[in-house]
Amino acid sequence: MTWENSAITITTLLPIAGALVIAMMPREKDRAIRGLGIVFTGAALVLAVAIAVGFDYGRDGLQYVLDVDWISAIGVRYHVGIDGISLPLYVLTFLLSFLCAIYSWRYVPDPGRTKAFLALMLLLQTGMAGTFIAFDLILFFVFWELVLVPMYFLIAVWGSANREYASIKFFLYTLFGSIFMLLGFLAMYFQGPDPHTFDMVVLRDYGIAGGFSQTFQLVVFGAVALGFAVKVPMWPFHTWLPDAHTEAPTIGSVLLAGIMLKMGTYGFIRIAIPFLPYGAQKYAPWIGALAAIGIVYAALACLAQKDLKRLIAFSSVGHMGFVMLGIATLTEIGIQAAIFGMVAHGVITGMLFFCVGSIYDRYHTREIAKIGGGMLQTMPKLGGIFAFVAIASLGLPGLAGFWGEVMALLSSFSPNEFVLADQVGLFRVFMVMGGIGTVLTAGYFLWMLQRVNMGTLPDQWREAGLRDVLAIEWVSWGPLLLLILVLGLYPRIVFGVTDEAVSGLLTLLGS
Amino acid sequence: MNIDYHALLPEFILAGTILLVLVVDVFLPERAKWFAMPIGLIGVVGSLAGVLSLIGAGTRESFGGTYVVDEFALLFKGFFLVTAVVVLALSLRYFREGGFYQGEYYFLLLTSFLGCVMMPSSRDLLLLFLALELVSAPGFLMAAFRKGDVKSNEAGVKFFIIGVLSTAVMLFGMSLIYGVTGGATKLAEIGVALDGVSGEMETLAFAAILFVVVGFAFKVSAVPFQFWAPDTYEGSPVPVAAFLAVASSVAGFAGLLQLMFVAFAGQHEFWVPIFAFLSIATMTVGNLVALQQTQVVRLLAYSGIAQSGYILLTFALVTDDAASNRNAFAAAVTYILIYGVMNLGAFAATVAVSRRHPTLGVADFAGLRETAPVIAVGMAVFMISLAGVPPTGGFWGKLLIFQAAIERGGTLGPALAVVMLVNSVASVFYYLVVPRQMFLRDAADPSRLRVPALVTAVVAVAMVTLVAIFVLPNVFARLAEISTLVGLGA
Repeated sequence: MTWENSAITITTLLPIAGALVIAMMPREKDRAIRGLGIVFTGAALVLAVAIAVGFDYGRDGLQYVLDVDWISAIGVRYHVGIDGISLPLYVLTFLLSFLCAIYSWRYVPDPGRTKAFLALMLLLQTGMAGTFIAFDLILFFVFWELVLVPMYFLIAVWGSANREYASIKFFLYTLFGSIFMLLGFLAMYFQGPDPHTFDMVVLRDYGIAGGFSQTFQLVVFGAVALGFAVKVPMWPFHTWLPDAHTEAPTIGSVLLAGIMLKMGTYGFIRIAIPFLPYGAQKYAPWIGALAAIGIVYAALACLAQKDLKRLIAFSSVGHMGFVMLGIATLTEIGIQAAIFGMVAHGVITGMLFFCVGSIYDRYHTREIAKIGGGMLQTMPKLGGIFAFVAIASLGLPGLAGFWGEVMALLSSFSPNEFVLADQVGLFRVFMVMGGIGTVLTAGYFLWMLQRVNMGTLPDQWREAGLRDVLAIEWVSWGPLLLLILVLGLYPRIVFGVTDEAVSGLLTLLGS
Repeated sequence: MNIDYHALLPEFILAGTILLVLVVDVFLPERAKWFAMPIGLIGVVGSLAGVLSLIGAGTRESFGGTYVVDEFALLFKGFFLVTAVVVLALSLRYFREGGFYQGEYYFLLLTSFLGCVMMPSSRDLLLLFLALELVSAPGFLMAAFRKGDVKSNEAGVKFFIIGVLSTAVMLFGMSLIYGVTGGATKLAEIGVALDGVSGEMETLAFAAILFVVVGFAFKVSAVPFQFWAPDTYEGSPVPVAAFLAVASSVAGFAGLLQLMFVAFAGQHEFWVPIFAFLSIATMTVGNLVALQQTQVVRLLAYSGIAQSGYILLTFALVTDDAASNRNAFAAAVTYILIYGVMNLGAFAATVAVSRRHPTLGVADFAGLRETAPVIAVGMAVFMISLAGVPPTGGFWGKLLIFQAAIERGGTLGPALAVVMLVNSVASVFYYLVVPRQMFLRDAADPSRLRVPALVTAVVAVAMVTLVAIFVLPNVFARLAEISTLVGLGA
């Protein structure tokens, strides 16, 4: 075992080890438990950064590979590795989890039970990180499903009023989708090359070489895409998301928006499109259409929201719509835009949920009307941060939200010239819809700021002693605020990583 | 008539223990009646040692090839004896504190287990019938063991009437097979003889197969022969319900596997649609009705029905292709074993709660995280595993069935897989009901629940086993692989 082949296994499984240690702690040692949460997520982040530092950015293909037998009887292997597409999401997972652990130093929502809360969060972390490094379909599925149980409990136990409905809806919806995905995986296993394999590298090469028949691709792409689409979530499979987000505790929302949704889009880029290129070509206009509808629909829905958190949740549907639109173009720019959009959305929306969590902590309400405005007067720093992040989210140039959106629109102007040549007109319609969506997005975010930040301060809050941003919040938010700026000004820190992998993917695909 | 005494060692030890329990009970004073349990336990462990001594000893036949001890048989024997240990462990406190006739109970329980142990070795219609009855008959009595309770009486009577009825139908079917094949009773001979039957006789053979299947369908509580199961489970003492849900139903499957994959394999074109129907109906009805349950044992009963449906699915995958059949067979065996572990665990957790809340409503599990944390975590793992969600053994079980179904191909395989998938998702809803109570609600009485050490041990071991199966599925996959070859080779 060298660092090269064990690094990502150690890093990915470290949180589970942390969960076990925390589970063994006596519950009275509340501070120590929270400290351990920070230590374990911090250590995992350090390892993840070390992996990123040691990564060879000039090279396409997998690095840090470990490929050993797991269940020989059915050809399942423990095959993990990392490439330019995985790396940004992988590091983001560890960063957000670490920041959530810091945030939990002060905020563990009712009913307390810190031990279980942090242990579940760590378990969730392993599931999410594992999804991005798995290169065996069954291993991928296992990590994918591993996320469900802890997230279910995080929402169901620590959520707000309507938590039980939201948690079960989340669970059943995602399980339903993912089970069709599993069926698709099994179908690929049996139709794939001889000897049958779940290995994603082998299947990708087989798929790109046109190994799967066209009818097969149409059916299986549908099954696999359904699983991913629910997770993204694409309109009209999004209805679990507003409920889950609204009811989840703050860090649940942060991780859900920040990372879990990306598992779906990652699945499209990693599995659905390269394995089943013909299916991708045929479904692309449909995916683009759903994405475009989703962008406009989400923006309109946001305009109608009275609950601040629900508004942010719906805005996620719209942003993921841009990501999917980029993917649907099947172009290098589009997929680059998608990955950038995923990272940016993770940083920005994660940060927005942190803000909303802290606003709720002060006001004990999330209703925009009850907050009533004037936040800049009582809490200038929190108000300022909130405005900064909201503006980043609406895609202001110079901040992180801009690149993903504008490149997605750009790519839909000229979708893949080899396989989507006859759909150019349609994609330009999508582009226009996306453009309308950006305008509406700016509209609802600014209107939200107007209602929350500006205006006259209601009397009830004047003397309420609302405390501005606390030290612990600065610590847990600082890196995200910085990233929003850095990603906006210097997008190459993501593009530089994904470049090789994406062009590798697409030279194999279209031309 | 050759008799391989070593091969029969487990049965001999168990039979001796049964007689010993019966005799010792007469001489034990009232206060010490519980002592029958340790005696039984020692006997079962001894019998298990006998099974272990036979591993690797090859295929051994007795009574002219009608009683065969091969890897398939050993695997199931071992499973049944471990189950016996667990059920005995669950029974001790329950029967000691409840004012039951303990000696008789342990006698009946062990007798049933003797039937279970005989089942996978029986390669002859007559022996299969004997083994099946040996499992069932003491079961009728045990189900009615809570004599003061009307529900328990109902449990026993219902179980008895439906059981006897289906036995009669099955026996009739067996007699027809005897006639059609010209006097064959050994499973392998039946297989050969039936392949040569045609015309009217073939129709008769189909009817006979149908009748035999009905008998076993009752045993494994397949729809439409499931009516007895929820009432019987609910009325029985909880450890007896555990026995019925795990040992008795798995014994049914052990017999059915041999019959369908060996004796009736040639007629698969006739019975595959029947099993497809049975499977779909069983899992769908089981899951739908389970959704409405508010009593945990009834919930487990309907969940058990649904699980039977998943196992029956593997029978509907049989084709002319031997490789694909082997996969279906291996999937069935693996699933049955994993099902046993998770269901035993769930019943053990239920036994723990039944000490404070004998009615066992779902709400009685509220706040178990505080009152009995190990039991609560264990029960959550069992429910998640029954639902087939990682990181538990139940996931591999389901995956293997899906895989076998997709590999079978055609329309039927994938169609069945889709039905099972939809069912699996629906099942999550009721499997989460109990964890929700345990972790999200608070107990009315927050004091610590006193759980017998043996019960806690069972829950802990089952929980660790399920997670271990998930991490190291190779070990279990190999077990199924071994059994596959011999089971089909007969």
